[in-house]
Amino acid sequence: MGTPGEGLGRCSHALIRGVPESLASGEGAGAGLPALDLAKAQREHGVLGGKLRQRLGLQLLELPPEESLPLGPLLGDTAVIQGDTALITRPWSPARRPEVDGVRQALQDLGLRIVEVGDESATLDGTDVLFTGREFFVGLSKWTNHRGAEIVADTFRDFAVSTVPVSGASHLRGLCGMGGPRTVVAGSSEAAQKAVRAMAALTDHPYASLTLPDDAAADCLFLRPGLPGATPFLLHRGGGDLPNSQEGLQKLSDVTLVPVSCSELEKAGAGLSSLCLVLSTRPHC
Amino acid sequence: MTTEVGSASEVKKGSDQAGADAPKEKAKEVTENEQNQLSEPEEGKGSQPGPAVESQRSPRRQKREKDPSESRGISRFIPPWLKKQKSYNLVVAKDGGDKKEPTQADAGEQILDKEDSVPEEESRAKGDAEEMAQRKHLEVKVEVREDKPSLKTAVETQPAEEVRKDREEEKVKEAQEDKPEGETAQRETKEVQTSELKAEVASQKATKKTKTVLAKVTLLDGTEYSCDLEKRSKGQVLFDKVCEHLNLLEKDYFGLLFQENAEQKNWLDPAKEVKRQLRNLPWLFTFNVKFYPPDPSQLTEDITRYFLCLQLRQDIASGRLPCSFVTHALLGSYTLQAEHGDYDPEEFDSINLSDFQFAPAQTKELEEKVAELHKTHRGLSPAQADSQFLENAKRLSMYGVDLHHAKDSEGVDIKLGVCANGLLIYKDRLRINRFAWPKILKISYKRSNFYIKVRPAELEQFESTIGFKLPNHRAAKRLWKVCVEHHTFYRLVSPEQPPKAKFLTLGSKFRYSGRTQAQTRQASTLIDRPAPHFERASSKRVSRSLDGAPSGAVDQSLMKDFPGPPGEGSARGPAAVGSTAIQDGDSRRDVRSPTKSAPLLAEGKKNTLRVEGDNIYVRHSNLMLEDLDKAQEDILKHQASISELKRNFMESTPEPRPNEWEKRRLTPLSLQTQGRKGDRLFKDVLSMKEKYLMAAPRTVEEEAQADKTRTPASEGPCSGARDALKSSHETLNVVEEKKRAEVGKDERVITEEMNGKEMSAGSGPGETRKVEPVTQKDSTSLSSESSSSSDSEEEDVGEYQPHHRVAEGTIREEQEECDEEMEEEPSQAAKVVEREAAMPEAMPDRQAEASVLTVETEAQQNVVAQKVPGEKSAHGGTVKQDMREETEEEQHRVNGEVPHVDIDVLPEIICCSEPPVVKTEMVTISDASQRTEISTKEVPIVQTETKTITYESPQIDGGAGGDSGTLLTAQTIPSESVSTTTTTHITKTVKGGISETRIEKRIVITGDAALDHDQALAQAIREAREQHPDMSVTRVVVHKETELAEEGEE
Repeated sequence: MGTPGEGLGRCSHALIRGVPESLASGEGAGAGLPALDLAKAQREHGVLGGKLRQRLGLQLLELPPEESLPLGPLLGDTAVIQGDTALITRPWSPARRPEVDGVRQALQDLGLRIVEVGDESATLDGTDVLFTGREFFVGLSKWTNHRGAEIVADTFRDFAVSTVPVSGASHLRGLCGMGGPRTVVAGSSEAAQKAVRAMAALTDHPYASLTLPDDAAADCLFLRPGLPGATPFLLHRGGGDLPNSQEGLQKLSDVTLVPVSCSELEKAGAGLSSLCLVLSTRPHC
Repeated sequence: MTTEVGSASEVKKGSDQAGADAPKEKAKEVTENEQNQLSEPEEGKGSQPGPAVESQRSPRRQKREKDPSESRGISRFIPPWLKKQKSYNLVVAKDGGDKKEPTQADAGEQILDKEDSVPEEESRAKGDAEEMAQRKHLEVKVEVREDKPSLKTAVETQPAEEVRKDREEEKVKEAQEDKPEGETAQRETKEVQTSELKAEVASQKATKKTKTVLAKVTLLDGTEYSCDLEKRSKGQVLFDKVCEHLNLLEKDYFGLLFQENAEQKNWLDPAKEVKRQLRNLPWLFTFNVKFYPPDPSQLTEDITRYFLCLQLRQDIASGRLPCSFVTHALLGSYTLQAEHGDYDPEEFDSINLSDFQFAPAQTKELEEKVAELHKTHRGLSPAQADSQFLENAKRLSMYGVDLHHAKDSEGVDIKLGVCANGLLIYKDRLRINRFAWPKILKISYKRSNFYIKVRPAELEQFESTIGFKLPNHRAAKRLWKVCVEHHTFYRLVSPEQPPKAKFLTLGSKFRYSGRTQAQTRQASTLIDRPAPHFERASSKRVSRSLDGAPSGAVDQSLMKDFPGPPGEGSARGPAAVGSTAIQDGDSRRDVRSPTKSAPLLAEGKKNTLRVEGDNIYVRHSNLMLEDLDKAQEDILKHQASISELKRNFMESTPEPRPNEWEKRRLTPLSLQTQGRKGDRLFKDVLSMKEKYLMAAPRTVEEEAQADKTRTPASEGPCSGARDALKSSHETLNVVEEKKRAEVGKDERVITEEMNGKEMSAGSGPGETRKVEPVTQKDSTSLSSESSSSSDSEEEDVGEYQPHHRVAEGTIREEQEECDEEMEEEPSQAAKVVEREAAMPEAMPDRQAEASVLTVETEAQQNVVAQKVPGEKSAHGGTVKQDMREETEEEQHRVNGEVPHVDIDVLPEIICCSEPPVVKTEMVTISDASQRTEISTKEVPIVQTETKTITYESPQIDGGAGGDSGTLLTAQTIPSESVSTTTTTHITKTVKGGISETRIEKRIVITGDAALDHDQALAQAIREAREQHPDMSVTRVVVHKETELAEEGEE
């Protein structure tokens, strides 16, 4: 539970999963994924891990890649974590469902309370869930259905859980993210703006909103490792990836910007929110 | 006037005279037109008792021959049952005039038992005022006098009738009384016998009245409190008893529930008779939190927080308030800390955690976690533990959300959650939609359907109405009521008065009559008693140990320690406390309440001409106009009786509706308790508003005309006033008179206007009856109008419009401006509404660090009345004249007071049309690619720091007489970072030829932290001096409010 808003981004650990070669071959679940440069993707992934560990000072856990799970690196879809509770999702794509196992195990080992989606009719991708620190928004996208959202609500009962219709081919987190405890960052696409409007109508809390030219730029992570007083970080897509959005991001005060690149991984549908899971093993401190 | 019994005399006098006022109007119209059939029956009704009463009361008016004759003539229009009633009334009158008094809709002082202590001074003042009024009338028109009797009697009839009905019921339930638990079957048999019993009853009347019923209330700690209640007591009586028993002062957050059936519980309406609400149900209640304070830390007393904790523990245990495991544990651990203190390994073994219910389904794991967390709370006092508990509980998403099952238009099961911020729509546990109060234009229900009309979304043009299907009619009505109450409580500065009496629409007339959060907070600040002692105990364990044992003994003694004074402190104390300034300030201080009425404005713009809307609009404003002193009740009754008559004609089935009166009667009361001064202010403003309301449809010129028209009316009184040595006056009289004059002249007033007028009359304390004529006059239109809207639908329908529209064009422009200024969430209207609204208004919701400096200067001087007015009146000739006449009207409408003069008519109009209502919050997201705000405007609960400093120079404060005043000006001048709002209030009291004028100015300066308060204060004082060189500044009250940094909080 903790203090809403305050709790946003509080983290001590980050979890990532290595990039398998199968990702580049385009086989497996991500049918129709464009070919990508495996080496580049792996390099990007490595840099991300490095930043999480060194720049942000997080304990980094890296799950080994599994060739049978080409989209395994996108582990953000496999779990929703808030406080000491991790909801293990039921990804829309049946092929991806086995991905949750490794993640579940890792999270369990970290001492989180594991909650499963017990409902066969529910589908839920973790990147359709936006936690603002005060409440949850669950995007009803092509990957996540109402039942899936309901399970989020059942799991995180302290919080309001609102559903946001998401049009287009994005997860909710691909359209917007948190730039601070009270700031929603959103892309400027129609879908992103629509989602933000819906959220604004549904919330009881006031948020500021920052609109960036690129939707992908909105997929950033607000992280507060370390002591409560420390300046928080914003992990975001850098100028190499999305030059147009950098200026907008500069407007976020009170955060240390940490740019990373994942343009190659993006081709597989990855975003920052899907490439890592962050959690705190001491959620109440 | 001579007949009075005991202390009631004052009041009675007042009411008598009030009657006098009405007649004037009536005389005018009634005598002239014979078409007043509608009203006449009513008179007839009253006329019978009239003679009897009159002979007792007003010896001086002996030429009442007219009455009888009138009534006779009318009698043929009167349905049989009515006639019966008449005779009955006669009896009553004979029984004792005093008995009648209370029932009569007078000041309300007498109405509530608990209010008997209302300062006599006040009533006297009123009486005086009314006397004055009467005199005026007497002098002005002879006919008036003649009519008086009938009018008066008419008014009285109502109560009498009420009484009669009550008694009938009483008889019915007589047997039942003895067995409060009321066996339905038995009761029914009784009913069958009713007619036979009647005779008996009639003879036994006297004894019956004292019958009592045993009411049992389950308290939050699980104990039961029982008390004897007079059978016809209103809910308020019981509620007050319970609160007294609990030693609870901040009681507005609470209420009593009774179980209607297995799944439905209803709130006991304090304004209505208990037994009418219960019907056949047993007198069993539970004491519960009704309005969950969004920020419990703002509650004043620990004991209040304690009860809130108890409620929340219940909510949690029952699953109504869902929590995660961790939260269950955390809250549980605070509970443990509060009840057992620090963790003590030895003692701990003796605590059986399974005695507590920390969660709906409690596991061993949870208990362990609770115990573990308990250890970390070492050092927290019980009160601190409770506070921590609340701090955590208030953040839960379902905190304070009242859920109602419903189906959407497609038949899908959903839940509607009513909360402080608006209406939430849930499907399963998911929030799928949300309608903040500001977004909602109207709430209504019809049969089992519940509707909300929603402001058009950003890009839309039209409002939409969304319907929900509730399980049944009662559920729909209950939901509607809850919405009305929540909206009023959380968003309005003061409650709306119920709509004008339309007897046929019980459902739609409902309004929340208690105090709003703003008011209760204000009142709470005045609580001044040592923290009451109370025992904390887990409800479960307590109920076990004390099961069945009324906790009475101990608690009672506790109560006795502080009972009277504290109670008063909270209830009327605030009002009574002389320092107007502070009170006002406090009430305004509440950042939440104020806000914008802008949405309304916008609304008004869009659909000015829609008949429905207008009607409603008028109704609302009427409501707002009703003043706190009782008079309006009488008026309402009149109106009510008229519509009643109509209905009777149609149906000829008498129906008990007195509840409505009581409700209404109560409302003013509750307001009164609030703060006399503050109320006055409200009243004043309202009256002005009213006036303008009427004026609004016309052009400005016309208005000017109207002003002229009014003059004579008000002049008359003035001259009469001269002889009077009394000082106090009811402000509203004047205005109303003027209005009446208008009515008389302007024949083409549209119906709505007429309505407005009627109501306005109602606001006059002493005016009571004058309204009647008006009503009669356009009763046709009225009835058609109202019946179309809701009469015909009876209880099936209810309407409530959270937003008050502004109907007229002139206003609209202004509004538009406002809108622009405020970006859709304009709240400008608020500023004018009155000082109250003004302040909050000025507060920049979005500024994280804003500070408000309120400077209130009060200049006092004893001057001859004429002098002051001359200097000050810049407004209408009317006013000037009045003043010259040494009228005792305390309502001087003056402008030139304030330096900034964008005042004119516009703002005032706004002020009129915008009741002191709080509106809004707008969630806006612009499309701009720049940083935008999602919804900063949500009326935030701004944490503030308040500092109050009062500078007062010793002064003869002769304010003995009831002082009332006028809001003279109100304006807001926003500059870049600082906005200043100045409101001026002038009070004039005349004491034997010497009049004392007191000018109160409220200056609200809002700005960011950089504001130099001292300088602002100095400036304000200097300005005050400059403006009134001949007056002295006697008091300066500075309220400083600083918003605490919002950063990390919440």
